[in-house]
Amino acid sequence: MTGATGSRGAVERTVDGLLHAMERALSAEAGAGGAGLLQSIDPRVKLAGLLALIAAVALSHRLGVIAALLAVGLLLAASSRVQVATLVSGVWLTAVGFSVALALPAVFLTPGRTVATLPLVGWAMTATGLTSAAYLVLRVAAAATFGFLLVFTTRWSHVLKALRSFGMPIVLVAVLAMTYRYILLLLEAAHDMFVARRSRTVGRLMPAVRRRLAGQSAGVLLGRSLQLGSEVYLAMQARGFRGEVYLLDDFAMGRADWLAVAAFAAVTTAAVWAGR
Amino acid sequence: MNLFELDSVTYRFSRIVAVDGLSMAIPSGTRVALLGANGSGKSTLLRILDGLYFPESGRVRFLGEDLTESRVADDDFAQRFRRRVGLLFQNPDVQLFNATVFDEVAFGPLQLRRPAAEVRARVMDTLERLRLTHLVDRVPHRLSGGEKKRVALASVLVMDPEVLLLDEPTDALDPRSQSQLIDLLMTWADGSKSVITATHHLGILDEIADRCFVLDKGRLVAERSPAELLQDEGLLDRTNLIHVHRHRHGDVHVHAHPHTHRL
Repeated sequence: MTGATGSRGAVERTVDGLLHAMERALSAEAGAGGAGLLQSIDPRVKLAGLLALIAAVALSHRLGVIAALLAVGLLLAASSRVQVATLVSGVWLTAVGFSVALALPAVFLTPGRTVATLPLVGWAMTATGLTSAAYLVLRVAAAATFGFLLVFTTRWSHVLKALRSFGMPIVLVAVLAMTYRYILLLLEAAHDMFVARRSRTVGRLMPAVRRRLAGQSAGVLLGRSLQLGSEVYLAMQARGFRGEVYLLDDFAMGRADWLAVAAFAAVTTAAVWAGR
Repeated sequence: MNLFELDSVTYRFSRIVAVDGLSMAIPSGTRVALLGANGSGKSTLLRILDGLYFPESGRVRFLGEDLTESRVADDDFAQRFRRRVGLLFQNPDVQLFNATVFDEVAFGPLQLRRPAAEVRARVMDTLERLRLTHLVDRVPHRLSGGEKKRVALASVLVMDPEVLLLDEPTDALDPRSQSQLIDLLMTWADGSKSVITATHHLGILDEIADRCFVLDKGRLVAERSPAELLQDEGLLDRTNLIHVHRHRHGDVHVHAHPHTHRL
């Protein structure tokens, strides 16, 4: 899927990267039924619990509390057999890396007490700037970890059914159900289009030509996206899909699920109280 | 009673007329081929028959009942109709949207609210009959083209429909897979199902159809038996189902001449 990158433009590399990420997500979903703490919990409890923890991360105003919540996330990952390497490559390299890049200017630009100066350039790092950056990076790391754990340990169909059981309207669930498959098809179509174009391209194109081609490609993809969206939905309708989610596994709350509810509630309440 | 009756049905995509004043009747229990070149309206017609597209004018009836948008929106009717009619799409990629082959094949029966034990049994039985059990835990998206087509077919056959609508079922399959698929369709339910196949492969007509409807630019231009149709080279040529070209007879007899060739 991702071969040599020398002759590929930024748009093509981005599409390939997204396609690769979606394929990984699909593979992860196939293994979401494996053994592990989160895999064994009722999807409704897991969805509500992890969303509550993300809310606690957003509401907390103390770095120590956010760091503690991140530690909870890592603990959950370890007990759910999610490898650190998977977490790093699936979440932190992108989400956390992006937030670090966003937060970096604040370290130098926010007024406050100088705690260190960068050698050679002489830029002053302020305590307020460092704190602001730490808040952003830690919040993103913790929230992204909880989100990743939900996706990695829960089948998409179970997430949809859990959303329905919380009263999400049928039409929204239908859109989500279709979107998941549709994005992958669209990325594949984009990937094929770029490969086909490259096979008819000799040498490096001028930047202006590349920009024009990128614009044309976006137009073609928009047309295809409408067609694909319609086709995927028709294929679902043809097999009886009417928006409601039916699964082989009926959700049933056991003792472990009620314990998980209590644990999620306790951690969330404690985090919100301590981080207020 | 006729399975499907179409009366002056017209359907268009924006300004392009895909089906143009089509009238036809398909009796129950028959095997029908819808023939036509690319863009002749075969796929659109199948989707009209499956209650996915609704004509802008004209009337479609399924077993005497009108097949309208409001009827298909009714939950009871939709349940009955989807249980009885199954459609295999030309592009299996749009039909495979679940995480595993098992989930994919189970999707239809679950939507029809069959009991869990029955769904599990049906899925495994269908996978076995299509020799797909070794793929049960695989991600459908990662399968080969032929495997995807077979899984897509399994996802329709598992619902045990009385009517099978097949859109280019042998498209993009290697010759061996094509033969296997045709054998399977002929023997499925001892050949007792109604099967409507859209195709432009004349070579499989004898095996898949008792009656052939030839479409051209969205219009019905002929209804024949397979034998009658294959004899009518003028009609086949006019509807782009055969072509005339020049060829050589290898080292034995090297020359070129106009030649009629069945696709």
